[in-house]
Amino acid sequence: MMFKGTETFPGGILDRMIDRQGGSWNAQTFLDYTAYYETMPADRIDLALQLEADRMINARFEVDEVDSERTVIISERQGAENSPMFWLGEEITAAAFRVHGYHHEILGDMADLETITRDDLYHHYQSHYMPNNAIAVAVGAFDSEEMLNRIKEVYGKIPAGDLPKVFSRAEPPQQGERRVRVERPGNTAFLQMSYRAPAATDSDWFKLAILDSVLSGPSGLGGGGVDNKTSRLYKALVQTELAASVNGSITPTIDPHLYDFTVTVRDGRTLEEVEAALEAELNRVRSENITEAELNKAKKQARALFAYSTEGVTGQAFWLAFAENFASYEWFEHYMAQLEQVTVEDVRDAAERYLRPQSRVVGWFVPTGMEEDEDYDDDDE
Amino acid sequence: MTTTNKLKQNALSIPGPDTISKTVLDNGITVLVYENFNAQSVVINGSLNAGGLFEDHSRNGLASMTAGALMLGTQGRDFDTINSSLEDIGADLDISAGTHKVGFGGKALAEDLSVLVDLLGDALRRPIFPQGQIDRVRGEALTWLQYRQQDTRWQAGRIFRENLYPEYHPYHYSTRGTLETLPTLTVDELRGFYETHYGPRGMVVVIVGAVKAQDAVEIVNQHLGDWQNNDQPLPPELPQIDSPAETRRAVVTLPGKTQSDIVLGTLGPSRYATDYQAANLANSILGQFGMMGRIGDVVREQGGMAYYAGSRLDGGYGPGAWSISAGVNPANIERALDLSINELRRIISEPVSEEDLADNLSYYTGRLPLQLESNEGVASTVLSMESYGLGLDYLLKYHDMMYSLTRDDLLAAAQRYLNPDALVVAIAGPEAKH
Repeated sequence: MMFKGTETFPGGILDRMIDRQGGSWNAQTFLDYTAYYETMPADRIDLALQLEADRMINARFEVDEVDSERTVIISERQGAENSPMFWLGEEITAAAFRVHGYHHEILGDMADLETITRDDLYHHYQSHYMPNNAIAVAVGAFDSEEMLNRIKEVYGKIPAGDLPKVFSRAEPPQQGERRVRVERPGNTAFLQMSYRAPAATDSDWFKLAILDSVLSGPSGLGGGGVDNKTSRLYKALVQTELAASVNGSITPTIDPHLYDFTVTVRDGRTLEEVEAALEAELNRVRSENITEAELNKAKKQARALFAYSTEGVTGQAFWLAFAENFASYEWFEHYMAQLEQVTVEDVRDAAERYLRPQSRVVGWFVPTGMEEDEDYDDDDE
Repeated sequence: MTTTNKLKQNALSIPGPDTISKTVLDNGITVLVYENFNAQSVVINGSLNAGGLFEDHSRNGLASMTAGALMLGTQGRDFDTINSSLEDIGADLDISAGTHKVGFGGKALAEDLSVLVDLLGDALRRPIFPQGQIDRVRGEALTWLQYRQQDTRWQAGRIFRENLYPEYHPYHYSTRGTLETLPTLTVDELRGFYETHYGPRGMVVVIVGAVKAQDAVEIVNQHLGDWQNNDQPLPPELPQIDSPAETRRAVVTLPGKTQSDIVLGTLGPSRYATDYQAANLANSILGQFGMMGRIGDVVREQGGMAYYAGSRLDGGYGPGAWSISAGVNPANIERALDLSINELRRIISEPVSEEDLADNLSYYTGRLPLQLESNEGVASTVLSMESYGLGLDYLLKYHDMMYSLTRDDLLAAAQRYLNPDALVVAIAGPEAKH
């Protein structure tokens, strides 16, 4: 609804204005934040400053627009439901978080998407969209002092509000493995194993980032990764022809979230075989130190991926804003230094504590087969 | 080797003849380098003539499997050594086949460019096609294809392609092969395809990043400069085909899905066509500009029927498709199709407004700096300029070229390619309620 316009910038005008200036814009809702961004030619950034300030308080949320957007978002969810991994991920998160708000899929449950009212949305907007609940980041070819003054000029006059109370209920310690099973039409089986991860501000987070690089290959800060064919899990699962692919991911969040492993089971192999092989590798890293060579490789990979993912202004702005949201912008500035401090003993210690079978959720996507039907006809429409 | 231009100081300028170094090695490889010392990394991008065009249709997937096998083992390096060389330094290198070309792309910290080019040269020149690794990768490809059988978007795209291009045309086929052909391809066939088609003729290498052009050219020359294949054949000509004469509908039903994907369209211009940019602008107005253009407006914004609904113009070496696609609830298929076809009728029956043209010209010329912000963006743009013979001054001429287009040019291009009564309509979803 934030894209449906204000009195100054009516709906449909905004997209055209941004495109006309050669810019790009979008938004994303994540577990901890909603982010809006514009990337513009440097001499045209003022449009972005103005429209973001305007829609921070002047978005219309018109009733008929809500009805139209509702079906668009339902369509977004139905599109996601066509993917087996969406179903599995949603079930695992729901099982992992019984108490914490992370329980819910960001895209929303269909029951809510179908019934949520314009007033529900507007109440959320009024309670959360205010300058003292916002982080503004600008990166690019401008004079910093001039930009700061301009931001103060445009945003300083928007009145502060009462800060919203964050809905946060700590997830109690898990008391044993949880398992979920999704059975749907399809030909391919997937395994996801999710362990508890610490909050991004916890120094353990960086130890797990190194561990993940060793186990499933490096991943950059939002910038494209590189291959993982020398990682331990690729060798144990893909080279042995049990799986077609394996990935790991740990996302920085305000509250503890999950460290996920996802595996595509190779045609002709079973979920049981894959789970046993994955578990064996995870047990190994809990009982033996990784090598110094593996540690140094993970650090070099992190340096390279950090360089790749921060070469553009958009990537830098994202990470400064996200880091400020879940910790401080200094988290981003000190990212490499934090990784450099991690030792082989740290990695073993983190693996021992976080990869406990008792605190994991194991998810199976079990395909029930699929008979497709293909028809052709010529007609004159 | 011959370097055709001398570099001037490159200070965040639009790449052009003064800032792109172009060298042709003695064996015919064209090397283009753009220096960018504002980044720590270096990107390599390029292509050679060994795509799916050269494979017999009954051996669909041969070009793709051959390209995929190059980095599975070479005379001097096994699979683990190849990948350790890259991953130990956080570098990346991929080689894969498209319909026309085999493309390669990689990146590394600038200090490691020589490692990247050394590996590229080794993979292209000394592959050994190890049976065990090839069978493993074949199984992964088959698993991927099995997975895609249940993907509505992939299935809609597949049946659209197969119905738009006849079986004798290479565009009828996916370069990845099929569940039927992949298991039958032998190592000897891969090796034979490699020996015949891989060579320096027509090969282009683009390097962008924190490296001196002269050093980059020297590194490429060292690893690829003495490569020869005197029998390398020229790419075959594409067969002539006609646009559909009437609307043809193809439907795939996939149980358990909640959304249908639709693709409708016809043949568009190739990238070489004189009216390509006019068609490109018309397409932007039809289904890209703002929130996915007119299609996005009627199907998503007004109709509330789809999260994505827009159009695309494939261009490319041959006549790529000009198509509209959307993901909709099965109950809305006919409405979305009707609205889309109405917009096709509109774009061929009335000139776009002055405002639409001005907006889209501003969009196309204004977004250049963002496209060229990253090393990857520059590298893919320079490769495209070279591949389609657009000239090193293409980006410098781009503004004037685009602004010379008129509303009548756009109308003529749309009328030339689009016929709302003769389309391929492809639908993949749970139940085809049409």
